[in-house]
Amino acid sequence: MFDEKALEELKEAAKRWEESLAPTLAKRPERKPSFVNTSGIPIERVYLPFHLAGLEYERDLGFPGDYPFTRGVQATMYRGQLWTMRQYAGFGTAEESNRRYRYLLEQGQTGLSVAFDLPTQIGYDSDHPNAYGEVGKVGVAIDSIHDMRILFQGIPLDKVSTSMTINAPAAILLAMYMAVAQEQGVRGDQLNGTIQNDILKEYTSRGTYIFPPEPSMRIVTDIFAFCSKEVPNWNTISISGYHMREAGCTAVQEVAFTLANGIAYVEAGLKAGLDVDAFAPRLAFFFCCHLDFFEEIAKFRAARRLWARIMKERFKAKNPRSCMLRFHTQTAGCTLTAQQPKNNIIRVAYQAMAAVLGGTQSLHTNSMDEALALPTEEAVQIALRTQQILAYEFGVTETVDPLGGSFYVERLTNEIEERAMDYIRKIDEMGGSPRAIELGFIQKEIQEAAYAYQREVESGERVVVGVNRFQVQEPPFKAILRVDPAVRERQLQRLEKIKKERDSEKVKRALDGLRKAAEGTENLMPHILEAVKSEATLGEICDVLRDVFGEYQASVII
Amino acid sequence: MAASRRIRVLVAKPGLDGHDRGAKVLARALRDAGMEVIYTGIRQTPEQVVNAVIQEDVDVLCLSSLSGAHDYLFPRIMELLREKGVDDILVLGGGIIPEEDIPALKAVGIAEIFGPGSFTSDIIKFIEENVKDRSKTRGEGER
Repeated sequence: MFDEKALEELKEAAKRWEESLAPTLAKRPERKPSFVNTSGIPIERVYLPFHLAGLEYERDLGFPGDYPFTRGVQATMYRGQLWTMRQYAGFGTAEESNRRYRYLLEQGQTGLSVAFDLPTQIGYDSDHPNAYGEVGKVGVAIDSIHDMRILFQGIPLDKVSTSMTINAPAAILLAMYMAVAQEQGVRGDQLNGTIQNDILKEYTSRGTYIFPPEPSMRIVTDIFAFCSKEVPNWNTISISGYHMREAGCTAVQEVAFTLANGIAYVEAGLKAGLDVDAFAPRLAFFFCCHLDFFEEIAKFRAARRLWARIMKERFKAKNPRSCMLRFHTQTAGCTLTAQQPKNNIIRVAYQAMAAVLGGTQSLHTNSMDEALALPTEEAVQIALRTQQILAYEFGVTETVDPLGGSFYVERLTNEIEERAMDYIRKIDEMGGSPRAIELGFIQKEIQEAAYAYQREVESGERVVVGVNRFQVQEPPFKAILRVDPAVRERQLQRLEKIKKERDSEKVKRALDGLRKAAEGTENLMPHILEAVKSEATLGEICDVLRDVFGEYQASVII
Repeated sequence: MAASRRIRVLVAKPGLDGHDRGAKVLARALRDAGMEVIYTGIRQTPEQVVNAVIQEDVDVLCLSSLSGAHDYLFPRIMELLREKGVDDILVLGGGIIPEEDIPALKAVGIAEIFGPGSFTSDIIKFIEENVKDRSKTRGEGER
């Protein structure tokens, strides 16, 4: 991009400039002996054109909407359409969550994002003994299609896009959603949304696995195959770095481990006999937006470019859409403090801006009180307003990739891509990410980084306002949302009623059909759809699959 | 505390919650501070946690929950410990626990709650100062 001779001259000039600083630095040294970001990338005093030597504009950056998509996946980005404002929400019963969704839509939210409670995520009905104390706590409790019907009452499913954070039982919740849509008279090709369906990161960081890796990957590819025909606009997976980042890994590791998992899903799809361009356009991604503003912006750009290259060069994808890394972002929950919680509004606002400057397709902004409890309505409203202020008042949306061409951001983009690729090579050498997870490599890397971070906070090297600097004595934060403990009772009553009133022969037939399919190689999705329509419960369906597939036993690594 | 024995700690994740960054960081910090640490892994039932306390003959139990289920799980574990006659260990709690829940947890015998932003150095200090002398009651054999 630059004339080589001019770069050499500039390098000489820069050297002279650095030397001229010596007296100033001797008198007033910089604040730290070295400046390094969370990924361990050293940060220069100032970035100059020669830091981008070798960069070729069309090859490495290109036009927005064109390969390798460094500058964005759409040609006009936010000039055409703003990102989707999508707050992750759900708690208690389907009725309460439905009320929260309608509230959010009234407040101008543009997409839904469903949080399920842990029993639902792990495939237990609310009456399972292990569900005690957890029903309706971190999300909504869904036991059967009845709950799902209530959850989306009065919400036209052809008009909203819905993201569901569901992994091991993703096929079941998607089937329930499709069945409810059918009841509303909405066709499969009118449905828009996403299931997380990313089982690999459950083993490394999020923990809501049920089955061992092999049958889990089969469920994933069954979903790819089924959805490409039945719900063609549905994002069949959201390959997630978010949870690994929250568990402690660095920005580079987040890109590397996420894309390594992405590679594993593509390979699984190919192995199942699918054509890469038939399913790759429906792969979506999910990243965290942490504190280091420029590192995060560069991370999103690097991830886009690296994925495009992997898809084209490694998997020979021909459809440009297969090469597009479209992603959702959530601000970093782990950076919220329980101390002086209102400060979190500011943290979230900067993180949201970084996500937008990085070209996100949708965004969740955390609420200020999330280090204390589930967010209250007021806290969620401020979080949503943070996005609206950013979208409508700040002018960051007026041009595509406004930081493209910044020496610093472009250099960081290069370095993050290179370092992430080094990790991916290492993971490839181990035999791919499922094998690296089995060996505990990824878990160990995450834990090391988390421990290093904590040590930096405790030593004071990393300042956390309100935690290790600028502390105050403060009264307990009062406005806290509490889940009604009667939720469990209400779920149990409903469950009992369903089981009594449904056609138990029909349930049995559907579950038997599912069992046979699971034992063989037939696609599971039509059978799961049949089962949810027969009013079989989530727990019953998962029990059949547990029976056939077995359960995953994690090995403890510390 | 007899000098011959290092403090033994069980770090446990009761319930279905998979967030164990804090539990693992703490386990590592306690180990670096010279304690013997056993981590249960995630998704333990209260019964499994209590069995591990007894099997491993620990001096300290650190419970972590971020899903809001502490209000059921922590008292249930304390109840099971009492039923099994375990009354000489130090029990600590951590995770996302609203301040107004703390008195009830302390009332069932949890010595202290360490929420978000806690320093591992403070937890280590608390354990060293409050661990009970179990030289008469603990299982046979020095480890």
